[in-house]
Amino acid sequence: MDASQRVNNRTTTERTSDRELVVTRTFDAPARLVFDAWTKPELFMRWWAPKSMGVPLLSCEMDVRTGGKYRLEFGHDASNSSQFFGRYLEVVPGSRLVWTNDEGEQGAVTTVTFEERDGKTLLVFHELYPSKEALDEAFIGMDEVMPEQFAQLDELLRRIAGNAKSQAGR
Amino acid sequence: MVQYTHLDTSFSALSDPVRRGVLEQLGDDDASITELADKFHMTLTGMKKHVSVLERAGLLVTRKVGRVRTCGLGERRLEEEAAWIDWYRRLWDARFAALDTLVAELKEKEKLDGREPTRE
Repeated sequence: MDASQRVNNRTTTERTSDRELVVTRTFDAPARLVFDAWTKPELFMRWWAPKSMGVPLLSCEMDVRTGGKYRLEFGHDASNSSQFFGRYLEVVPGSRLVWTNDEGEQGAVTTVTFEERDGKTLLVFHELYPSKEALDEAFIGMDEVMPEQFAQLDELLRRIAGNAKSQAGR
Repeated sequence: MVQYTHLDTSFSALSDPVRRGVLEQLGDDDASITELADKFHMTLTGMKKHVSVLERAGLLVTRKVGRVRTCGLGERRLEEEAAWIDWYRRLWDARFAALDTLVAELKEKEKLDGREPTRE
């Protein structure tokens, strides 16, 4: 098996430090197409909020250029929606996007890079939070956006914790 | 898998009933290694081993006061961390599965569009 065949499409997620999260994935397409999917609202809306996430993306506005703004609206209806917004700090077509997350005071700066090799694209999604507390807080915030997923997870964790307790035999 | 090493360390630290018991005990109050060894009817050496496994996983911290090493609960909250990473990975997996489909479609479309001028 040569090196190119070993490239797989596995998603990796890692908290690389107290303040950073990194997600990587390889796509079987040239970088400009993957970049399009991140920067054209009609394309972005087709994948950013998958069904399993439980909350649909109602609207998406993007002015993809340095200093331009974006706004995402999640929810089941407009009267009860959550907004996510910020602005682009850096836009290099086909290779790099940097944006702020301004919905909270302690928002991350997100950097996405697209690196093409042999017709495939390695995508690296990186979030840098201003502090450890801000990252911890962000996860708590997600709890509100994805209640169903967290409910399932909570139950699983309760089972694990319950097991641990009963086995410890106190 | 590299990205889960951190979590694996926690899980393997918790795979042992004595270590889970120690954490539960420390949830009530800090204790010295000698006290823990007594409580769990173990040798000091045996307990030291358990303590160091928990310490490496960040679930327990030790402080030396004079000649006594006192153990307390670590700051890492395992459940929370496990929940985050798991949720985060699942979210991106789902997103990227959808993105894969979209990108394949774009690629196909480009191919067809590219062929268009030479079609006839």
